[in-house]
Amino acid sequence: MTSQPSNTASTVKNLENYVTIEHLSFDRDSRAIFTDINIAIPRGKITAIMGPSGTGKTTLLRLMGGQLQPLQGDVVVAGQKINRLSRKELFTARRQMGLMFQANALFTGMSVYDNVAFPLRVHTDFDAPMIEKLVFMKLEAVGLRGAAQLMPSELSGGMARRVALARAIALDPNLMMYDEPFTGQDPISLGVLVKLIKDLNDSLQMTSVIVTHDVHDVLTIADYVYIIGNANVMGHGTAEEMANSDIAEVKQFMQGLPDGPVPFQYPAQDYAKSLLGTD
Amino acid sequence: MLNALQRLGHNTLTTLGYLGDASAFLVRVLLRLPSRVGEALQDFVRQVYSVGVYSLPIVIVSGVFIGLVVGLQGEHTLSQFGASSALGQLVALSVVRELGPVVTGLLFAGRACSALTAEIGLMKATEQLSSMEMMGVDPLGRIVAPRFWAGLFSMPLLVIIFDAFAIWGGYLISVKVLGIDGGTFWNNMQAGVNFHTDVLNGIYKAIVFGVVATWVAVYQGYACVPTAEGISRATTRTVVYASLAVLGLDFILTALMMGGW
Amino acid sequence: MRQRSVDILVGLFVLIAVLALLVLALKVSGLTNLDSSTGYQVSAEFDNVGGLKIGAPVSIAGVKVGVVDDIVLDPVTFRAKAMVEIFNKVTQIPSDSSASILTAGILGAQYVGLTPGFSTQSLVNNGSIKTTHSALVLENLIGQLMYNLKK
Repeated sequence: MTSQPSNTASTVKNLENYVTIEHLSFDRDSRAIFTDINIAIPRGKITAIMGPSGTGKTTLLRLMGGQLQPLQGDVVVAGQKINRLSRKELFTARRQMGLMFQANALFTGMSVYDNVAFPLRVHTDFDAPMIEKLVFMKLEAVGLRGAAQLMPSELSGGMARRVALARAIALDPNLMMYDEPFTGQDPISLGVLVKLIKDLNDSLQMTSVIVTHDVHDVLTIADYVYIIGNANVMGHGTAEEMANSDIAEVKQFMQGLPDGPVPFQYPAQDYAKSLLGTD
Repeated sequence: MLNALQRLGHNTLTTLGYLGDASAFLVRVLLRLPSRVGEALQDFVRQVYSVGVYSLPIVIVSGVFIGLVVGLQGEHTLSQFGASSALGQLVALSVVRELGPVVTGLLFAGRACSALTAEIGLMKATEQLSSMEMMGVDPLGRIVAPRFWAGLFSMPLLVIIFDAFAIWGGYLISVKVLGIDGGTFWNNMQAGVNFHTDVLNGIYKAIVFGVVATWVAVYQGYACVPTAEGISRATTRTVVYASLAVLGLDFILTALMMGGW
Repeated sequence: MRQRSVDILVGLFVLIAVLALLVLALKVSGLTNLDSSTGYQVSAEFDNVGGLKIGAPVSIAGVKVGVVDDIVLDPVTFRAKAMVEIFNKVTQIPSDSSASILTAGILGAQYVGLTPGFSTQSLVNNGSIKTTHSALVLENLIGQLMYNLKK
């Protein structure tokens, strides 16, 4: 029930937190997206990062993955400062990260099999039979081994999501990042995805970070929750703590209240005045 | 008055920045050496297929038509001076020096380059480029570079094929239809066309056009706004810029070549 | 598309381009005719070569027997010296033959016409043609015409 982490990330032992974001500031188009934000992602758990649209959740994932450079501060993943790595070091570090994109981002020119095999072919020297075994294992885990020869254009939305997931875990990464995985999914696909994320996290002993605004579904599997807004953290805690929080911003988000700290009315002049003229 | 000046200055700086960005992009693409050569070659061949082979039908058909027209128009004018014997030379020189490189360049800009921009733009909009980057693969080397080299490689080949078919078209209309003597047609052509200054210069032009048009195409795709509207605008820009570049460079190259280098 | 079909079609594309290049080289620009190993060199000096270009044909009775390889200015006699290459298969051109610079048609390019002489000796490599008729210079013709008209 605190609005800032009570112990700053740097004082927590690295073993407990797989990812820490320390005093990070980031701008885009001269607008401050984050100002001195601190986040700690506990190892081996599923952490949800939520917040209203446009607050920079996807940007946070890109900062964690080293695709964007912070203005100030550091992103520490497994003890390494991601934003200070050289190209080669970043390449090696990325082997331990899996990212599932909102748009799936499957390579449209390749089959499902080749999509999942892609990271294996890039990062390892395994021969074809070995790659085949690994690809089939990953596809089996998401329930799509029979679809290996299909092209992405032949897949349904839910199937494409699962292939993207299989590809993201192809190298058995330690850190899995999910960018809005539940958006636009039908109830069945949603159920499948939620189950998969939880099972994979536990069986592969990964640390998972889910960026979403689907409060209901993610809370069923999230161990820890961050709510961000106003260029910083608005609240964090376990799922239970957040559901019962008294902080106005957190409450409005968790319960989906239409009006509160995020106002219903877009700022405008006085209503009576605009209807009746300058009276 | 001051506003106009300000806009001019702003536009100049924006354009320069744009050109600088495009040039830096080109350098990065050129410097990307593939780590797995076999795979890169296979990819290159696939791109030559989609850029070059797919352009063959339009290039061949256009070539024949251009040849037919030049032959027809040429005969009409030359016969007024009793110089029909020079028709072979007229057709060959027009095609090999100018029409071949330029018309093929414009066709290439319209067909192959627009397709390249759309393809790369779509990959950007669906985050395929981003996900590739996250997996540690450089999209410049993996996606952009093979397409760039394929365009550069295909253009001269297409121009040569265009030239041959255009001259054949000129032969058809002149000898078979208009009744010019075949022997005269070919002999005067051979006497009037120099392989090094005429044919080869045309091929050098083709290489330059290939480089510039493909560069415009891949850059526009890579730098486009990643939305449907952004892709369509980038594709249109590619066709316009590449076509204008071909025409402009043609003038510069012709001036250099005629000036005797 | 299967890689194999793609490879074949690309190979075909390159092959067509190579064939087209050969056509352009041989049939269109007559590259083979400049093969220097097929002829022997003969020189001829002219007062005026007019518009004769390097690569212009050399003919006897209208049949092409060689090409003009080079045109240089003789620094001693100040006459134009044309180096002509006659094809090897054309032997026994009488050594007293004469060379004239003629024009093909009215707008045509200029070429060298050889008129055979009567000698039993033939032109050989590095030989020279002694009798030459220079190109007709248009201004001189007009001057001559006007002079004759005035008479």
